[in-house]
Amino acid sequence: MLVRILVLLYLAGAPALAQTLCQPNASNGYMVRISIKTALGNQAYEWNENEMFLFRATMAFAMRRYYETKTYNVDNIIVCDQTPRVSFWFVVTSPDNAAMLTPKADVEKAVSMSRNRINNAFLLTDRTLEFLGIDPTLVEPVNPNTPPWLIVFGVVIGAVCAGIIVMLVSSLLQKRRKEKGIVEDGQDEEDRQMKGVENGNILDGSYNRGFTDDDRFTKL
Amino acid sequence: MPEEGMEETKGVEEETKGEEERPKWNNKAEYLLTCIGFAVGLGNVWRFPYLCQIYGGGAFLIPYLIALVFQGLPLLYLELAIGQRLRMGSVGVWNSISPYLGGLGVASMMVSFCVSLFYNTIVAWVLWYLFNSFQEPLPWSQCPLNHNNTGYVEECVESTPVNYFWYRQTLNITPNMDTSGSLQWWMVVSLGTAWAIVYICFIRGIETIGKAVYVTATFPYLVLTIFLVRALTLPGASEGLIYLFTPDWEILKNPQVWLDAATQIFFSLSVAFGGLISFSSYNSLKNDCERDAVVVGVINSATSIYASIPIFAILGFKAHTNYVTCLNGNILALTNEFEISDMNITVENYDQWFDSLNGTHPARVSDLNLKTCDLQTFLDQSASGTGLAFIVFTEAVISMPGSQVWAVLFFVMLFSLGLSSMFGNLEGVLTPLHDLKLVPKWMPNELFTAIICLVSFLLALIFCLGSGNYWLEIFNSYVGSVPLLIIAFFEIIAVAYVYGIGRFSDDLEFMTGRRPNIFWKACWLVISPLMLVVVLVAYVAIQAQKHPTYPAWNPDYVNFPDTEVLPYPDWVFAICVLLSSVPVLSIPLVAIYRLICCMSGRHSKDNLHNDPNPYANEGYVVER
Repeated sequence: MLVRILVLLYLAGAPALAQTLCQPNASNGYMVRISIKTALGNQAYEWNENEMFLFRATMAFAMRRYYETKTYNVDNIIVCDQTPRVSFWFVVTSPDNAAMLTPKADVEKAVSMSRNRINNAFLLTDRTLEFLGIDPTLVEPVNPNTPPWLIVFGVVIGAVCAGIIVMLVSSLLQKRRKEKGIVEDGQDEEDRQMKGVENGNILDGSYNRGFTDDDRFTKL
Repeated sequence: MPEEGMEETKGVEEETKGEEERPKWNNKAEYLLTCIGFAVGLGNVWRFPYLCQIYGGGAFLIPYLIALVFQGLPLLYLELAIGQRLRMGSVGVWNSISPYLGGLGVASMMVSFCVSLFYNTIVAWVLWYLFNSFQEPLPWSQCPLNHNNTGYVEECVESTPVNYFWYRQTLNITPNMDTSGSLQWWMVVSLGTAWAIVYICFIRGIETIGKAVYVTATFPYLVLTIFLVRALTLPGASEGLIYLFTPDWEILKNPQVWLDAATQIFFSLSVAFGGLISFSSYNSLKNDCERDAVVVGVINSATSIYASIPIFAILGFKAHTNYVTCLNGNILALTNEFEISDMNITVENYDQWFDSLNGTHPARVSDLNLKTCDLQTFLDQSASGTGLAFIVFTEAVISMPGSQVWAVLFFVMLFSLGLSSMFGNLEGVLTPLHDLKLVPKWMPNELFTAIICLVSFLLALIFCLGSGNYWLEIFNSYVGSVPLLIIAFFEIIAVAYVYGIGRFSDDLEFMTGRRPNIFWKACWLVISPLMLVVVLVAYVAIQAQKHPTYPAWNPDYVNFPDTEVLPYPDWVFAICVLLSSVPVLSIPLVAIYRLICCMSGRHSKDNLHNDPNPYANEGYVVER
């Protein structure tokens, strides 16, 4: 008889006990804020009891993953003070003793460890699924060994240097060809005058065609 | 025509003397594109739109166009004509007109040299940003982590990632001018690249420049058009454009507007540098320089106006983005505080929600410290110069989809604009040096150009120090302003009064086939010199009134991220005065020197006959 009364009391009192454990601003609890419409826009889903159940199950999974030995259950995650924002408080009770709460630090570490899994369960991100007080770990930017700008710089300066060398060499070659050309030109002037090419120069004296070697032009 | 025949024999005489034939442009298009490229520079993109915005939009076009017609075009026509007629660089031209005015050429050369030093540093900054645009994500879009990876770098968090990238990762700027800091190696590398590219374009003189300008002068227009099409489809573009072009006719009563319009058109056309004289000296004598001048001047102004459209569309987009971000921050605060369902408060119904919440719970609302988000405030955040390109625009580019493409396009455009202006700047240095016969005969042109580029690069290393940006601003304000106005004034006086407007009209008739009409003569004789004097006096008066200060980036400043306004130290101010006055001092110094030489020696007259200037025996004997 006494046992029945005690059992009845316990069954009646447990939810009440759970309620007192979970309160806004509880010392070992965390506030969660969810922004589904911001994250998903048109494809946003309704937040209802089923989603809440998924949350509690995911948290239990996170706690299990962190501790590896203790078997947390959905009942160990107690939720309260839900608002239309979708925000609520939750506390985690220990699997061994329903009246004892898991310390805040451990909950934080468990959440941080499994943050990615929790986010993905709800198709949300660090920003849209907030655990107030647990900062998301900063994504370390990819730091390649060679900064990309050096690669671009290397390409550009290589092309420019190659261009400079090509231009300088071609200028040099052109100058050499010109010098050779002038030496040959000196011999060609006589031929040009015999052909009667005018270049506007008035030379000293007049050219006597009788003494030219014009064999080249009278071949038959 | 008899004069042409004389030209040819003189040309042959020159060859037999061993002098090189003067290089020629391959075709008219190269010449025009080079002049347009020189005139159209970074200022058209980042100075004119800013002026348009602060001086009442569409109304600013009136003083601007008046200044163009009465001051810009006459100066431009004068320089192109005088260079084409006398076929020499700035030093040779002014020496020919009057030996007492030889100092003008020296002054132009010195100003061109100083300007090319800092201008190419800006090109180096553009190259640095260009190199950094080839990564995902863009480095100025997020803050880097601090040493122990616990959070973001504090300086970046307090200002913005874009500011941090510019002031810290690019310039590594010191808190004030007294601390010089060290050489930033990445800046030295970028500067070396910039000078190497300038060198390769100059390697064969106008032959290579003429080829390079086909790309550098036309590419900016292509990019501006692409940006225009893109920008007009962005949200907020129309607000930016309306803001830019709404005319505020009251502003025309403010004399500052007229002053700024005159200085803008003057500096925009790149006259008085000597570069335009050099470019036109490679023309044939029978070239219509009047048409060229009008074409270059009109295209320069049209480019300014055309560039301001996409710039302001994008600035409008940026203001809109900032406004929406500001509102969203407020919306989130309200939603979280009052536990309202997600996305019930939107940008559209924010005001109604705010009023109702403020009515019912004013204490809680005021505790939230909501920011006042006003689109007009964001639009008013204008910037010009490097601030526009490297801070404002880069921030806008992050919000555009496909940011890398837009960043690359933008910086390649700025690079083209800067490079084509560098051609004119450096030409204003090289040609006078050739004319002054300072180049030893044995030295090939390529080597001489390389030496000048190397010397410029080494001197410009000042701008790669930690305090380099402060020095660059000094050079920009003091070298590239008052000396140019003075040089231009003396140029007009020299041609209109010393050379003689009659002689000049004869030259123009010979070159273009018609005498200059009354408009040009009136401008050269009266209007332009008068305008220049007024602008010069007003400019100096306004500069002298305010004590020179500079904005310093100091992370330890109380009001950081606002820049700290510091006065120039005395030694720096002395350098500023030197920079303004030394180029101009050469004008009186050379005149005095020639005067002394003339008074001391009669034999100088005989020297004239023994060593005739080939162009002196056409009736323009230099009076001594």
